Amino acid sequence: MSEATGFEAVFGDRGDTDDARPVDHTAAELIDHVRAGRLSAAEIWDDYQRLAGADTLNAYLWRADEAPEVAANAPLAGVPLAVKDLFCTEGVPSAAASKILEGYRPPYTATAVERLREAGAPMLGKTNMDEFAMGSSNENSAFGPVKNPWDESRVPGGSSGGSAAAVAAGLAPWAIGTDTGGSIRQPAALCGIVGLKPTYGTVSRYGMIAFASSLDQAGPLTRDVTDAALLLRHMVGRDPCDSTSTGHPEEIALPSAERLDGVRFGVPPELTGDGLEPGVREVFEATLKRIEELGGSVQEVGLPHSGHAISAYYVIAPAEASANLARFDGVRYGHRAGNGDLLSLYEQTREEGFGPEVKRRIMLGTYALSSGYYDAYYGRAQKVRTTIAADFRSAFESVDVIVTPTSPTVAFALGERVDDPLAMYLSDVLTVPMSLAGIPAISIPGGLSDGLPVGIQLASPAFSENRLLDAAHALERAIDFKGARSRG
Amino acid sequence: MGDVTYEPVIGLEIHVQLRTRTKMFCGCELSFGEPPNTRTCPVCLGLPGTLPVVNAEAVHYGLMIGMALGCEPAPRSIFHRKNYFYPDLPKGYQVSQYDIPLAREGRLGDVRIHRVHLEEDAAKLVHVGASGRIHSAEASDVDFNRGGTPLVEIVTEPDLRSAADASEWLRLLRATLRRLGVSDVNMDEGSLRCDANVSLRPRGEATLGTKAELKNMNSFRFLERGVEAEIARQEQILRDGGRVEQETLHYDVRSGTLSSLRSKEEAHDYRYLPEPDLVPVAPTEQMLARARDAIPELPAARAERLGRELELPSKQAQLLAFRTEVGDFYEQAVAAGGDGADPRALANWVTGELLARLGDGQEPGDSAITPESFAKLVAMVGAKDVAQSAAKDVLATLVTDGGDPAEIVASAGLGRTGEGELAAIVDRAMADQADAVEKVRAGNDKAIGAIMGAVMRETKGRADGGEVQRLIRERI
Repeated sequence: MSEATGFEAVFGDRGDTDDARPVDHTAAELIDHVRAGRLSAAEIWDDYQRLAGADTLNAYLWRADEAPEVAANAPLAGVPLAVKDLFCTEGVPSAAASKILEGYRPPYTATAVERLREAGAPMLGKTNMDEFAMGSSNENSAFGPVKNPWDESRVPGGSSGGSAAAVAAGLAPWAIGTDTGGSIRQPAALCGIVGLKPTYGTVSRYGMIAFASSLDQAGPLTRDVTDAALLLRHMVGRDPCDSTSTGHPEEIALPSAERLDGVRFGVPPELTGDGLEPGVREVFEATLKRIEELGGSVQEVGLPHSGHAISAYYVIAPAEASANLARFDGVRYGHRAGNGDLLSLYEQTREEGFGPEVKRRIMLGTYALSSGYYDAYYGRAQKVRTTIAADFRSAFESVDVIVTPTSPTVAFALGERVDDPLAMYLSDVLTVPMSLAGIPAISIPGGLSDGLPVGIQLASPAFSENRLLDAAHALERAIDFKGARSRG
Repeated sequence: MGDVTYEPVIGLEIHVQLRTRTKMFCGCELSFGEPPNTRTCPVCLGLPGTLPVVNAEAVHYGLMIGMALGCEPAPRSIFHRKNYFYPDLPKGYQVSQYDIPLAREGRLGDVRIHRVHLEEDAAKLVHVGASGRIHSAEASDVDFNRGGTPLVEIVTEPDLRSAADASEWLRLLRATLRRLGVSDVNMDEGSLRCDANVSLRPRGEATLGTKAELKNMNSFRFLERGVEAEIARQEQILRDGGRVEQETLHYDVRSGTLSSLRSKEEAHDYRYLPEPDLVPVAPTEQMLARARDAIPELPAARAERLGRELELPSKQAQLLAFRTEVGDFYEQAVAAGGDGADPRALANWVTGELLARLGDGQEPGDSAITPESFAKLVAMVGAKDVAQSAAKDVLATLVTDGGDPAEIVASAGLGRTGEGELAAIVDRAMADQADAVEKVRAGNDKAIGAIMGAVMRETKGRADGGEVQRLIRERI
């Protein structure tokens, strides 16, 4: 069975033509097939290795060539995983899509990746991303942009663009990414898949190359909500190597809800007013109707300070980044340049190694932390952050879930926003408030606008992932979105 | 202008390497001269994706230090990132504490403590080249073994008024830290490092002058000399009508000169940022109690007690209190001696003859002498069973070979000369020194020395000087 048998033949023997290829299944279905003996982990690996090898979207930066050992009873049954290049993986290039780390192979593996490997999800490859997770279009990668599988002239979103495109195009059964201000949810929305940012602290950050430490959080990008729950279940957990990790107070359950009876949904006018593309608004309003059809209630709920979220975010995240990225100095690893003099080592290495957006954010952050400016920028931004978190807490006194579109627009054209950083920053206007509040938020496909996916974002109180996944699951069934692989 | 006198105002910043088993934020063991870069891991090398985890033992030691210095531990202290680029700093920032330190507002001796905080040490640069100094080096290697060693920084208020005071106070601090057992406090090896902030002001004025900071004075002597040199430099500037500039200085021990490392304008902007990778240090009642219970009697308190209870002069009490092992030996000897040995006599013998016999850096425990044998010897001197001078020889034997002082005295024939025997010797000596006897009778008291000398020669030092003199005077 382990040699490269054609999938038609494998399934043909069983007369099961509908389930012809692993790529047509969700990860949860693949696990069932493996359990039932209808499919082997090796067959799944071989098929996906072939598909990943034929990547024309530039979704992958590195692909594994050997099938890994997977324990026979591993809960994830060997269904392979695409891993964002931000995660350190032992002996495997881990560059955060930056020239400054080109060729860098860490001596250790990130906790989240290690936990998933132990659970039976071996690494299929490393996926492209915006350099150091700074971007919303994947155009900031030092290794070229990723194309959106729905329309290759468009961006997949970012920064986890490679992971999102790979899952949407069937180049990976599932993937993990990281979300600082929307880097899982926005590309998931633009690629028509599910992306979940868990509560800050539930998944260890150890081994994630840091962008903004107080916001960075790893999470799944999957074909459906069940797969997201399954991956998350094996990602969460307190890690002695990460002092800020909390683990999750309850086991992540597989969602089963089909109705939304009694669930109160809140629509914040601040995040659903002007600025939404008409096609996005249409899908959003249709989704609200569906919620009511499923027995849920929809009401307006205020998030009065969320309008300041982007401003606060673009002080806090760059400030932390300016310190986090100081270690890339050419002394110990990665790119090195200069004429031997210490200052030129620093200047040349960083001048050549960092892309323009990374430099812009280091400059922003350095300025915001400078003596005499700290209170006016960083101090004030932290106060805004506290206020936004309080807004959410009070909103959750009257609703269970907050619902918004994930992105104000569908996937935009490659090159469209590269010269307008501000327009690019506004791509995250609907996802950043939840990041600042540290609460879980999921993006699920809500429908199409002019043939491109529109994401719906659901957010709930900290550590209420199970409730959030259940709501997303019920809505997902009702929407019955047809993913990229099923379009034709 | 000429008759103005200036008052130096000095504050110290002390870095103490803690003697924990592992580093401040990772599990690497501390390094003591291992080959370069053998005590490192992804965390202390600052590799991408790694995160710090606070060493609980370092917090415990930090709390002990804070409490020992009379500080109030903060209910929640936080770590900051201190940002600057240097090859010995692998993350591009040092994790330290900034606006909310582990403990603050205490006192040791006459000096108020401003704050006590935790941080990590930098790595060590090794300059390759003939001189071993950075300016002429061909290359610089970085040894990360030291990187991440836990440090406690202690900052005093500017309460010191002279170089000698600064050095003496630092000795008290060092003795205190040594007694706590939290550090090797070795200035040569860098486990205790001292910076000094020095300013001058016209005597009687309350406002502080502009200060200069002297970096890294790695011995008590250099601290004293460096501060003296800086006081002299600033006084000269002020007397010449100039103004002291705020700057950071290096004191070169060899040339005795001060050179500027950086001016105020060149001072770093460290862009302090609350460390988002760490949670606040919030000591529980249990942690505080554990730290409190771990603090033994400290040198200042011990000196005070020895002075009060045993009536020792303050200098002597301080010496015994500052050298923990010597103080312990002394107190054990006092206990062993019971009523037989006078505590003051024991103190004199310890601080005088015993320390001289032990030599530099040696502790009583390094020799063969025990508190019991020592106490017995001093008791014998008190009972006039052995003469002072003979007892010194016995002490020397006890230090090198140990043994029972009574047996040594007996076997070497050092026992105090019996009264009848001594009277006979005195008579003989007076007969031999008839001239001297005449002179004494004529009123030249000094001439008694010649008679005594003859007696001491005859008894080989076993006779008690006072007793001999009494016998001579009786006969004259």
